[in-house]
Amino acid sequence: MSKPFAITLDVGSSLANHTGSWRTERPVYVHRLPPCNDACPAGEDVQGWLYDGEAGNYESAWRHLTRDNPLPAIMGRICYHPCQTACNRDELDEAVGINSVERFLGDQAISQGWQFIKDAAPSGKKVLVVGSGPSGLSAAFHLALQGHEVTIRESAAESGGMMRYGIPAYRLPRDVLDAEISRITNLGVTIECNSKVESAESALEEGFNAVFLAIGAHIGKRAYIPAGDSAHVLDAVSMLHMTAEGDPPLLGRRVIVYGGGNTALDAARTARRLGANEAVVVYRRNREKMPAHDIEVNEAVDEGVIMRWLSTISWVDDGLVTVEKMELDEKGFPRPIGEFETLEADSVILALGQDVDLSLVDGAEGVAIDDGVIQVDNFLMTGRDGLFAGGDAVPGERTATNAIGHGKQAARAIDAWLRGEKFVHAPRPALATFDRLNTWYYSDAPKTVRAKLDSVRRATNFAEVVQGLDEETALFEARRCLSCGNCFSCDNCFGVCPDNAVVKIGEGNYEFNLDYCKGCGICAVECPSGAIDMEPERS
Amino acid sequence: MSTQLKFYQVGSFAVGNRLIDEADLPEQSRSSRANSLTSGHRACQGCGEALGARYAIDAAMAATNGKLVAVNATGCLEVFSTPYPETSWRLPWLHSLFGNAAAVATGVAAALRAQGKSDIRVVAQGGDGGTVDIGFGPLSGMFERNDDVLYICYDNEAYMNTGVQRSGATPPAARTNTTHAIGPNPGASFTQGKNLPLIAMAHGIPYVATATVADLHDLEAKVKKAMTIRGARYLHVLVPCPLGWGSRSEETIKLARLATESGLFPVFEAEDGEVTATKKIRRLVQVEEYLKPQKRFAHLFGAHGHPDLLNAIQAIADRNIAKYKLCDPIEAEADHE
Ligand SMILES: Cc1cc2nc3c(=O)[nH]c(=O)nc-3n(C[C@H](O)[C@H](O)[C@H](O)COP(=O)(O)OP(=O)(O)OC[C@H]3O[C@@H](n4cnc5c(N)ncnc54)[C@H](O)[C@@H]3O)c2cc1C
Ligand SMILES: Cc1ncc(C[n+]2csc(CCOP(=O)(O)OP(=O)(O)O)c2C)c(N)n1
Ligand code: SF4
Ligand code: SF4
Ligand SMILES: [Mg+2]
Repeated sequence: MSKPFAITLDVGSSLANHTGSWRTERPVYVHRLPPCNDACPAGEDVQGWLYDGEAGNYESAWRHLTRDNPLPAIMGRICYHPCQTACNRDELDEAVGINSVERFLGDQAISQGWQFIKDAAPSGKKVLVVGSGPSGLSAAFHLALQGHEVTIRESAAESGGMMRYGIPAYRLPRDVLDAEISRITNLGVTIECNSKVESAESALEEGFNAVFLAIGAHIGKRAYIPAGDSAHVLDAVSMLHMTAEGDPPLLGRRVIVYGGGNTALDAARTARRLGANEAVVVYRRNREKMPAHDIEVNEAVDEGVIMRWLSTISWVDDGLVTVEKMELDEKGFPRPIGEFETLEADSVILALGQDVDLSLVDGAEGVAIDDGVIQVDNFLMTGRDGLFAGGDAVPGERTATNAIGHGKQAARAIDAWLRGEKFVHAPRPALATFDRLNTWYYSDAPKTVRAKLDSVRRATNFAEVVQGLDEETALFEARRCLSCGNCFSCDNCFGVCPDNAVVKIGEGNYEFNLDYCKGCGICAVECPSGAIDMEPERS
Repeated sequence: MSTQLKFYQVGSFAVGNRLIDEADLPEQSRSSRANSLTSGHRACQGCGEALGARYAIDAAMAATNGKLVAVNATGCLEVFSTPYPETSWRLPWLHSLFGNAAAVATGVAAALRAQGKSDIRVVAQGGDGGTVDIGFGPLSGMFERNDDVLYICYDNEAYMNTGVQRSGATPPAARTNTTHAIGPNPGASFTQGKNLPLIAMAHGIPYVATATVADLHDLEAKVKKAMTIRGARYLHVLVPCPLGWGSRSEETIKLARLATESGLFPVFEAEDGEVTATKKIRRLVQVEEYLKPQKRFAHLFGAHGHPDLLNAIQAIADRNIAKYKLCDPIEAEADHE
């Protein structure tokens, strides 16, 4: 071929020049653990299901969520959402309203009739779950999906545990509870109500391959309070239980609730609903030290519940309660200051915590009891082979979420144990901390939009009926997620590489072309979600 | 719902977004983008110029359906992309001399017009040295004649390809190989400056704009708009240079962002000699935040630093903010408290 003057070589593309050889560090895509996922006691992949939800794929979002928690419509109402407390977006403007999106998905599932899909082959193993509260239901759900035959025995007339007999219906409508429980029984789980298990050991001997004790803590603690003969004193769990059964106790017009937990507030709010025109919560410490959550206190106060801090009850008798005032010492412990006051009260409700009814493990070989709760190992197994326990009956935080998490863990441990193995926890990825995010790329909402959003969000708390608004708000909330530590297909890495060394491989997936990646690190710095790490190149 | 998406999803700031309609995606988020400057070029790790050139030329290619010719001045962009006999360019591309890119481009446009091929468009491109200094005469002529060329200057604020010498676009106090960080006024002196976008506007040409590699959406929109206009157009793109600035290769985009967020590099658009749009600062920062990561400004900081020079640079930023109205009045007040 004849060439122009002074040209001796054919034109070639620079693609022949593999500049990747300059690299001293290489980018790698990573999955970090988002703080929401990290904080969720049920182990939900929050960021993951929000990602599905953002695209409006509500069913796949719900399926993704229910890999870990079978009760989203319930938890979307009653969970204290530690996920939101941990949410990175809080450092930017306000935490993502994860819980409200969860409720939205749960409600969608109920209204659309979505059911769980079970594809595991029957294992031939039988598991007994004692108790149908959140931990029992969660365990049953996971065990059923693993192919085991599950029976739940429940001493009460109906299933649900504290979700039915403790948490009042104004926070958790019973049709929601029923809907989510029946979805679990549709998996073939049998729930035998009015069927108290008297002995865990005999259950094991009855032919169950494993037993999970999910018996909760139902005995109201009775602190010693000097009281006259005609004092009307009852405990909160019994009072809530009777109310839930449609047979509420007579409380009178003035009710005093003694205690500072969420149960105390539920009791006081329930008393108001039962007709008490005065419901006073008496608590020995102050607001800051009160274990009850802010939301609950605020809602209670909004409903007219009166809070009386730094007070203990020293005497109860016919229509009168004597309280002694307290102060907090340097360590925050309350101590009496010797001042008394008399309040009028038709009844006193004690909300001082609950004990576990341990009679079914009385004398059971290998089962250790400490501090009134059943002792378990990291796999939730008691000292007795095949006997597991979880939820309120074992050490740990007494919340429904935690109980659901226990149910999942127990199911995994039982499943492994039934196969003669030990469950191995997947290694926990490093946390997706706020400082790894490049928040520049997340737009902040202009004030006008924020205001509108706030009011919309507030409104949904009360207006479950406004379906259209709900969907828009839920989608909006889901889309506020920063996708901490996980790629969300924003194409930033693909765009910002000066060497075109990022390749798209199908929907939302990328790959580095190491032939040309010079390792400059721009992609890692500009990744909004912190999903790229730079690693030293091995020479 | 689409407006909400823009507010809350990162669509408006990140390169792409899986939830946006295909049609609204920028060129750089498409696998089908032209990659006009393809891989294997020899630009340094993290070169802002390589990135800016691909952003700009890919957008121009998209706007012209690939009917585009590029003329390049001498400089890094030319040298790293075309070591004989290789080329990284995937469009017809010419290089003649350091200072004559505007004149050559004018000639190419004239030749195409003479052949009745006015649908084929012409861009000229060069570094700041090639543009504000040595190529200034031909460029001014191109403006004055309103020749149908889009001229793009990739401003890395010095003659980088020959080893970092000061140009008319080098900022005050910057250390280069010809402005050493010694004496009472270390680095480049505080001159009158040579603001080429303003000079271009003074020619009254139809379109002048500034942009940076930190805002792809803005840059693409400006190139695409420029290609809808006939006549002389000028685009001035700030492209950080890790080698010449003494910055970390991974901070190229971050530095371009800080240049605009500090007010030192105003991003605006002008038509027929009048400013028609400015990009507001989103998160105002002090110039220090922009200068500190760059070794060319290292002498301003530390025990033997020069707070006076730092203040003088801050004053330049403040002047820009006032002149181009870069902050919304209320927010600017809040940030200065
Ligand atoms: C008033 C109140 C409000 C609450 N509000 C919230 C809230 O808003 N959010 C939250 O996260 N948590 C809340 N909790 C805590 C939460 O309800 C419990 O942590 C959770 O229900 C514990 O679940 P579990 O499955 O371990 O036990 P439970 O829900 O107590 O269920 C145990 C079940 O086992 C049954 N059982 C016990 N012994 C036997 C036996 N021998 N044989 C057969 N069945 C047996 C019981 O009848 C019961 O149904 C609240 C608790 C109370 C009391
Ligand atoms: C007439 C002439 N003088 C000097 C040179 C040497 N030279 C080549 S590139 C260059 C610097 C280019 O600087 P700039 O235009 O800013 O582009 P950059 O390399 O910084 O991108 C110089 C001085 C030349 N090629 N021709
Ligand atoms: S922003 Fe999203 S991923 Fe990050 S913590 Fe909040 S909910 Fe989780
Ligand atoms: S010297 Fe600067 S402009 Fe030239 S290739 Fe390197 S980074 Fe790019
Ligand atoms: Mg230059």
